[in-house]
Amino acid sequence: MSAAIETSNLTVQFGNFSAVNNVSLSIQAGARHALIGPNGAGKTSLVHALTGSIAATSGTILVGGEDVTRMPQRLRVRHGLARTFQINQLFRGLSVLDNVTLAIFERESKTRAFWRSAAADRAVIAEAREHLAFVHLENFADRSVHSLPYGLQRLLEIAIALATRPRVLVLDEPAAGVPAAQSEAIFERIHALPRDLTLLFVEHDMGLVFRFAERITVLVAGQVLSEGTPAEISADPRVREVYLGRRGHHAAA
Amino acid sequence: MRLFERIGIGLPLFAAAIASYVLFPDYLALIANIFILAIFALSYDLLQGHAGVVSLGHAAFLGIGAYTSAILAAHGITEPVLGLLAALCMSGIVALCLTRIVVVGNDLTRLLVTLGVGFLFYEAANKARWLTGGADGMPDFEVGPVLGQFHFDFVGRTAFFYTLIVLAIVYLFLRRVTTSPFGLALRGIRENVKRMDAIGAPVARHLATTYTMSGAIAGIAGALLAQTNRFASLDMLGFERSAEVMMMATLGGSGSLSGVVLGAATFGYLKDALSALSPKYWHLGLGIVLMLSVFVLRNGIAGGLATGFAALKRSLGGKQ
Amino acid sequence: MAGLISVVADGIAYGMLLFLFSIGLSVTLGLMRFINLAHGAFAMCGGYIAVILLNQMGVPFLLTLPLAFLVTGVIGSFAERAVIRHLYRMPELQQVLFSIGLAFAASALATIIFGPQQQPMLLPDWLTGRIDLFGLEITGYRLFLIGSGCVAAVGLIALFNYTLFGARIRASVDNRRTAEGIGINVGRLFSLTFGFGAALAGLGGALAVGFLGLDPTFPFKYLVIVLMVVAIGGPGSIAGSFIAAISLGVIDALFKYFVPEVGSFVIYALLVVMMVFFPKGIAGRTA
Repeated sequence: MSAAIETSNLTVQFGNFSAVNNVSLSIQAGARHALIGPNGAGKTSLVHALTGSIAATSGTILVGGEDVTRMPQRLRVRHGLARTFQINQLFRGLSVLDNVTLAIFERESKTRAFWRSAAADRAVIAEAREHLAFVHLENFADRSVHSLPYGLQRLLEIAIALATRPRVLVLDEPAAGVPAAQSEAIFERIHALPRDLTLLFVEHDMGLVFRFAERITVLVAGQVLSEGTPAEISADPRVREVYLGRRGHHAAA
Repeated sequence: MRLFERIGIGLPLFAAAIASYVLFPDYLALIANIFILAIFALSYDLLQGHAGVVSLGHAAFLGIGAYTSAILAAHGITEPVLGLLAALCMSGIVALCLTRIVVVGNDLTRLLVTLGVGFLFYEAANKARWLTGGADGMPDFEVGPVLGQFHFDFVGRTAFFYTLIVLAIVYLFLRRVTTSPFGLALRGIRENVKRMDAIGAPVARHLATTYTMSGAIAGIAGALLAQTNRFASLDMLGFERSAEVMMMATLGGSGSLSGVVLGAATFGYLKDALSALSPKYWHLGLGIVLMLSVFVLRNGIAGGLATGFAALKRSLGGKQ
Repeated sequence: MAGLISVVADGIAYGMLLFLFSIGLSVTLGLMRFINLAHGAFAMCGGYIAVILLNQMGVPFLLTLPLAFLVTGVIGSFAERAVIRHLYRMPELQQVLFSIGLAFAASALATIIFGPQQQPMLLPDWLTGRIDLFGLEITGYRLFLIGSGCVAAVGLIALFNYTLFGARIRASVDNRRTAEGIGINVGRLFSLTFGFGAALAGLGGALAVGFLGLDPTFPFKYLVIVLMVVAIGGPGSIAGSFIAAISLGVIDALFKYFVPEVGSFVIYALLVVMMVFFPKGIAGRTA
């Protein structure tokens, strides 16, 4: 049974600088896998390379056993790999509902049809409403994006990614920029995602990481420092050193 | 602007157009010209207002359409609708060949290349005297009766209805396109290309389709222009035309079909009224209005009216 | 052979002028990311100033040059402070519309004030003679242009790389926020840079009158080729602009000489081809 997503010696270099250095990961289907590390560790570069926003310098990426290394981002999406962005990338001029219907139309390749009416496709609109309902945004369907508070926009970001019906979902700091109360709500929805969906999320908030992750990979200076269950990671002295410094003043988060 | 579309302003506009036939019987040629400008502006709005692609050389397609129908007429194919279809195909094909230009590169590159394409065709037409008549333009060529039935008369009745019908068809076509899933995808590209990639959208293909459609429709406008004026000239390909269409579309309201038609009508009227007085002051006025339009009334006439409507609704609702 | 040398010399002289026209735009684009399609209007402005000074006020030719430089620079600085700086944060379409409007208005103004005809420029005698250089005859003015261009290029490179002003510009191009963070008054820097760019264009315009001629269509005539220099040379790169300008000038001159039926067509075809294959320019930097 091949891993849902795996990388083999993945390297991303910018000139002389290796943002991601020989990273090999293997994430099983249905996993709740967190990627953590100090600032500048290369987490975002890794996410970009995984999803195809940037091209890897060397190494391979496999999604469900298929080699996607040479594929541009949009083809990887077709192979079931979706992502959310650390800073919201929404269609600001479109309504909340349209943000999601667009993703569905693209998934179904219905966007070729310039002769059909978008509003007449009830199936697509119904599905869009379902996705919005999942993130509790169904009452905001006809609102404009900028009338939504930031926390709700983060949820819309997730709804759009879900609308592409991915097998693997990469979440880049889903709670970034959101006050603590709302980040709870976001992670609660992430927790409610179906088990057949594989999740890889980058997160800084250790509280959230230790509550929701089943496995954790620690990335430091572009390389994998450690990988394991939350218990193993919090007990790992090397990880404590990286995060807390040698003296370890603070209790593990 | 969504408010505008829901009211279905297309119908009142069409009624106004018919009314103008009755109200201004001496100005039919001018009104036909305005219909043509509206078609040209609509073609540009598809590209820029909906997909967000700024092109500085759109007049190239107007000119290609004009010269195609003119050259055909000069060689014996005088039936206008045939000429129109030929112009549509020719402009569309050229646009299709050039799609790589709008798809590749960053914003500066695209601006530069579309600008260059405009000048390229201008110079090509200028130099190809044997085909296009060069700087003198193509003189009186024969324009036969529309569909073999309707002769072009001096008053301009045939031209009026001919151009109005084509405008109506183009308008309805674009209405359908912009409310289709494809239209939604274009707006997605305008709003956030990064997100489009992240939902698996074939952005390059969408842009190629848009550019081709946009070029083809501009070609239609060009053919009508040549046919109703029985003249094709280099200025139809010139930078000034490209700048004018940008102005008409933004003045009317980018992304709003009816707004763009209004913008074209306003512009067409003003140009006729003012440029005859003094071309240099017209250009000065044009320049000043363009500069001001960036600061004032950013969403064009349509936007201004929509805001006004919304304010009216609010104040009326408040009274109850 | 002598004909070929003369054409190449013409091309180099043209290239020098293009360099002066474009360098301001290149730096403005790289620094403020502002697309100014009206930059040619500054060159036109300098040209008309030189014409007024020389023909109507009897100012000696060599003096008209620095005066055109200064006056255009002041106008440019003023325009930046009053209007242009409000456009930096606007989307591309707005910038394009504004600058097109400015170009039209400037051109119309020139027609209204000076009329649509070409402006005559009476060059001083010591520049109009033919000079024997290494056995080849070159017009004195061509030589003067080439010389001026080289001096300007060297001066600019020195300014950019060896002065505090240049260092500040390079820092701000690289990262505006950090530059502000270390105390660089970026707003004033923009004003000065924009004005300086306009001044250089003005100087180019003044020099151009006796070589390319001057009429109100000036901003549009050279719009494409100036933008080409910037795009091919890479925005913000002086050396890149210089090489691109000279190359384009020579290519244009050669084609006009050997295949006059085709003329400017080649330049535009070249542009389209170059931008399709090298979207980031020779210097490799994105706008």
